[in-house]
Amino acid sequence: MRKAQLLQGNQACAMAAIDAGVRFYAGYPITPSTEIAEFMAENLPKVGGKFIQMEDEIAGMAAILGAALTGVKAITATSGPGFSLKQENIGFAAMAEIPCVIVNVQRLGPSTGGPTAPAQGDVMQARWGTHGDHPVIALSPASVLESYDITVQAINFSEKFRVPVIILLDEVIGHMREKVILPSPEELTLVERKRTNLPPAEYKPYEADSTRIPAIADFGTGYRWHVTGLFHDENGNPSGKADTIHKQGIRLLTKLDPYLEEITLYKSYCTEDAEYLLISFGCTARSAAEAVDMARSKGYKVGLLQLQTIWPFPEQLVKEFCTGKKAVIVPELNAGQLRGEVQKVITNQTLSGVNKINGDLITPEEIVMKIKEVAGQC
Amino acid sequence: MLIDVENLMRSHRLPHIWCPGCGNGIIMKAILEGIRESNLDLDKTVIVSGIGCSSRATGYLNFDTIHTTHGRAIAFATGVKLAKPELNVFVITGDGDGAAIGGNHLIHAARRNIDLNVILFNNNIYGMTGGQYSPLTPHGKFATTSPYGNMERSFDICNLVQAAGATYVARGTAFHTKMLIDLIKNAISNKGFSFVEAVTMCPISYGRRNKMGNAPDMLKWQRDNAVNVKAAQKMEPEKLAGKIIIGELHRETAPEYTELYEQLIARVRKGAEGDGQ
Ligand SMILES: Cc1ncc(C[n+]2csc(CCOP(=O)(O)OP(=O)(O)O)c2C)c(N)n1
Ligand code: SF4
Ligand SMILES: [Mg+2]
Repeated sequence: MRKAQLLQGNQACAMAAIDAGVRFYAGYPITPSTEIAEFMAENLPKVGGKFIQMEDEIAGMAAILGAALTGVKAITATSGPGFSLKQENIGFAAMAEIPCVIVNVQRLGPSTGGPTAPAQGDVMQARWGTHGDHPVIALSPASVLESYDITVQAINFSEKFRVPVIILLDEVIGHMREKVILPSPEELTLVERKRTNLPPAEYKPYEADSTRIPAIADFGTGYRWHVTGLFHDENGNPSGKADTIHKQGIRLLTKLDPYLEEITLYKSYCTEDAEYLLISFGCTARSAAEAVDMARSKGYKVGLLQLQTIWPFPEQLVKEFCTGKKAVIVPELNAGQLRGEVQKVITNQTLSGVNKINGDLITPEEIVMKIKEVAGQC
Repeated sequence: MLIDVENLMRSHRLPHIWCPGCGNGIIMKAILEGIRESNLDLDKTVIVSGIGCSSRATGYLNFDTIHTTHGRAIAFATGVKLAKPELNVFVITGDGDGAAIGGNHLIHAARRNIDLNVILFNNNIYGMTGGQYSPLTPHGKFATTSPYGNMERSFDICNLVQAAGATYVARGTAFHTKMLIDLIKNAISNKGFSFVEAVTMCPISYGRRNKMGNAPDMLKWQRDNAVNVKAAQKMEPEKLAGKIIIGELHRETAPEYTELYEQLIARVRKGAEGDGQ
């Protein structure tokens, strides 16, 4: 354990990255994520790592992928407009199965929107921002300590599953300061990508065993393999054959399926006897937790499911938590992006949202009002 | 001939996708000759390309290779080189890939003087997508998107890259292969950002539309219109209109980016020790 310290969510995220072994950062400054770049510029050289400020976010994304192929753990950070620019290369990472982590400190959009205004409007962009069907993991912390823990998890997931992992921070958690006691780096459980132990002549870069995750070979170690964003066969050679494309596409799509439980991170609060369930994430989960207390003091049996894993959407978990509830309410700082996913998996419960897209936070009182309204109807 | 570079190729990937008469094979061979004659460690050599006919070369080359996204090869290569400076890093790009969509990465990599060897296959056209004009299509020439002749002016991409800070800049052609190999060797030996524009030909998507004849005719055009930089220096500017100036155009020494970064790390770490941290 370290000594108690007062930290911003962005700082905690950057510290976690270095503690988890990240030694490469490339990115382009953008509010409200810039503190992460600044921390990396100062601290990566101290541990022999590299920081580079690229000419734009596209280049930042490209550079971390190039670096990752040499065997180094690499990360970039951005916000809405920059996240949009990174999408094509995030798709490349998904296709070529390159471990990498993208921090998106969400701000109010669309477009330049509200650069310093909080929002959670990138839920769907995290999932579908790049074209085509592909796997992705997106995690969202709701406190400074969670920002640290989830960043470590994100790096571990990207290494283990060879997928781009997106951290959906938001302006509030990114800029908020809290007193935290962080673990010391030695206490962390870290994951390294699976490297091939075959001789180069036998190595097939995209041949996956029953784990569905192929073993990688660091560039410069004699394997001389080909990385492409084209559909490719097990040898990494481009292919336009429907059956090869199908095989690769299906493996990519189902790659995370055996690991859904492991990937699903969440917290629950007062859900045991709850009649009403709040589902939320990130900064809004804090208001929701407060709303649970307020509503309970008025006699409403309310509980909270705080999702830390947003993608793959934890269908099973949400289904289980919703079972037996009279109503489900999803407070979020967007027009209902997460609620739509909840809608897909629940059956009998009435579902409603508490939403704001004006740069203000959702207050606990507003959530309590919604609970009362819904309870009146039940 | 091919036998010399056979071990540098993934021969099992042949036949290649290029059209008969395409100049890309000549440039690719020149790159391999340059690598072979420079005695580079093949296991420590990475070749990165973007998207386009020319960028498909990486699929045939027996190194660690990345066929990236359109225009982004230099940005990927920057990550490779900075993360592992001991690697020799090459970039294969096209005139659209390198000068249009990837133009920003090109000038910034030149500005940093990061040790990349960039070879831009200039066929004056977007070959892969069927012949649209590029920033290197000469004024007046025809393309599917300039059916009335190209209104735009073209870059002198070598001048641009030199102005941006590249420490080695050269131009060669598919016709002058011996010179092209030498230029590539010089690029390799330069510790810094090296740029070689390789003028090549796309008989299918460019030559035909501009009535330049078949592939041999286009090579002859290169022979007849190339002027060596030394000769060009003595010629009147009017005489050089429409000509391509070939040879070594620029060379200087300047600190290389990844070396500077290693020094930075040493300095910061020493400072940290001094602070007793
Ligand atoms: C982001 C993006 N935009 C457009 C394309 C379509 N595209 C593929 S190759 C190409 C042009 C290639 O021209 P050039 O770089 O000159 O290469 P050449 O084919 O002539 O060798 C274009 C526009 C793409 N693949 N990706
Ligand atoms: S379209 Fe042009 S550049 Fe592309 S392969 Fe054919 S000849 Fe070569
Ligand atoms: Mg071209």
